[in-house]
Amino acid sequence: MDLYQQLILDHSKRPVNAGLREPFDAEVHHVNPTCGDEITLRVHVSGEGDERSIEDISYDSMGCSISVASASILAEEVTGRPLDEALNTWAAMRAMLTSKGEDPGDEELIGDGVALSGVAKYPARVKCALLSWMAFTDALQRSGISIPASEEGTR
Amino acid sequence: MPSADPRGPFTSAELARIRADFPILSRTVRDGQPLVYLDSGATSQKPSSVLQAERDWYERLNAAPHRGAHALSEEGTEAYESARETIASFIGARAHEVVFTKNATEAINLVAYAFSNAVAHGGGAHPEANEGVVDPGTFVLGPGDEVVVTEMEHHANLIPWQELCRRTGATLRWLEVTPEGRLDLSRLDEVVTARTKVLAFAHQSNVLGTVNPVAKLVARAREVGALTVLDACQSVPHLAVDVRELGVDFLAFSGHKMLGPMGIGALWGRAELLDAMPVFLTGGSMIETVTMEGATYAPVPQKFEAGVPNAAQAIGLAAACDYLNGLGMDRVAAHEHALTERLLAGLATRPWVRVVGPTDSTDRGGAVSFVVDGVHAHDVGQVLDAAGVAVRVGHHCAWPLHRKVRAAATTRASFAAYNTPEEVDALLAALDRVPQIFGLEVA
Ligand SMILES: Cc1ncc(COP(=O)(O)O)c(C=O)c1O
Repeated sequence: MDLYQQLILDHSKRPVNAGLREPFDAEVHHVNPTCGDEITLRVHVSGEGDERSIEDISYDSMGCSISVASASILAEEVTGRPLDEALNTWAAMRAMLTSKGEDPGDEELIGDGVALSGVAKYPARVKCALLSWMAFTDALQRSGISIPASEEGTR
Repeated sequence: MPSADPRGPFTSAELARIRADFPILSRTVRDGQPLVYLDSGATSQKPSSVLQAERDWYERLNAAPHRGAHALSEEGTEAYESARETIASFIGARAHEVVFTKNATEAINLVAYAFSNAVAHGGGAHPEANEGVVDPGTFVLGPGDEVVVTEMEHHANLIPWQELCRRTGATLRWLEVTPEGRLDLSRLDEVVTARTKVLAFAHQSNVLGTVNPVAKLVARAREVGALTVLDACQSVPHLAVDVRELGVDFLAFSGHKMLGPMGIGALWGRAELLDAMPVFLTGGSMIETVTMEGATYAPVPQKFEAGVPNAAQAIGLAAACDYLNGLGMDRVAAHEHALTERLLAGLATRPWVRVVGPTDSTDRGGAVSFVVDGVHAHDVGQVLDAAGVAVRVGHHCAWPLHRKVRAAATTRASFAAYNTPEEVDALLAALDRVPQIFGLEVA
């Protein structure tokens, strides 16, 4: 099945940087009410102004392989990156996931995230893949970072 | 060709004829594969006769029932009321005891709001209620009173009661579920007590498939003077239901789960209770007289049917009852029972699958939920879907029950009269791809 590429199965079985850690600036809990998938996610941002970067993303994710793999890919692609790059990655992920399969994803920007491109063809599963990313942007906002409206996404 | 057992499952020839009545069953999904529809617990498919009945209403009868005196309005009113008679007799009730709602959810809310409206009116019954028959305090609820539900309820039979308790100060209590997926009745007398005003429970669980012991629960409720509300969403479509035999006070069901259209459901209630109950939704069609200061209300069932009703849907639902009567509810039940046994037997040979709910088929209907340990239900469902097999995944609107059985989500197959043994086999074959795709070690 095109949906379950080996990369997704690997991420879902051994999620990158899983677990909740200190220190953190904000912690959020998001659920997917249709299926009960849940994630608790913390972000730790370091630096000031244009120098800010994502120091750590730690999380506890309970859900299907798509939602766990997506959280793992988030941690892998975004941790340690400058804030503006992180937001570009999010924008590229979201564009791919909401493209109904038109946008194959840009590996330069989203790395292993391209493995999730198949999800876009299954509207019921897009939410699973977006869950951790929505939690991530929510946590950023709660730590005082304003995210341009076009990049906020819908909840 | 084997001849039909008058009380057994449908033969393959009968099934072929039944399936031909359901246009959607001949469509294909996911690259041309036949649709294997095992999600009738969520909503059932509709036979042509139901679709035709709805169409017929709009082509020949369409007019606002109970409004106006022209020919169409008269014929339309008659068709609408005769649909009510058909549906009432399907559940052994009298027509004026059946209130049309948009679904079971609305029917349950109608009862829950009667209680809180009674409190708001400061004393119970509707002014013109048949006092003397029903104690006007029957619907008044407050601190110290209790409402009892069960842990296996669908949110539709849980949240209206949570909210009622919040509004009135009454306390919500519940009967627990055993590890086998049955109601734990060992504490029945401690949970249902003289403080209990309402006992609301499912006839058949939409997750576990468990058929609950209605007689026992009703007997206890009567002992303590509590009203009973039965959520019959998953029983009316699947077995012969007779409201008098059940002995409950209220019963709610949805048309769309019993081969009927979406947008129509019903509340049945004992006439004297419906009479005494405060109104719920108010407006046109439910009144007797109106002045600027106030109104008096029409007799039941009209007093609970505010606004122009879903007449086409009601007529469609009556056609669904006719269709089910034509099949025979005893045979429908026997057929679904055979499918359930086949599925349970198949799952039992797969040790990597855990059934959530009774694994024996006594007092058990055709909703079979299961988990594959190590694979999330969403992923199981996706593999089945890729083979054209439609099941439901998630918590099936019974989140507390899923917490209780320690599953974030389950995969549920559920049957209707049109399902075949071959479809059960197709589900099992598709399920066998799951361990390989997700790298499970299976013995
Ligand atoms: C047991 C049970 N109760 C209540 C409901 C609610 O039905 P509806 O959504 O049609 O109101 C359902 C179905 O969803 C159900 O299975």
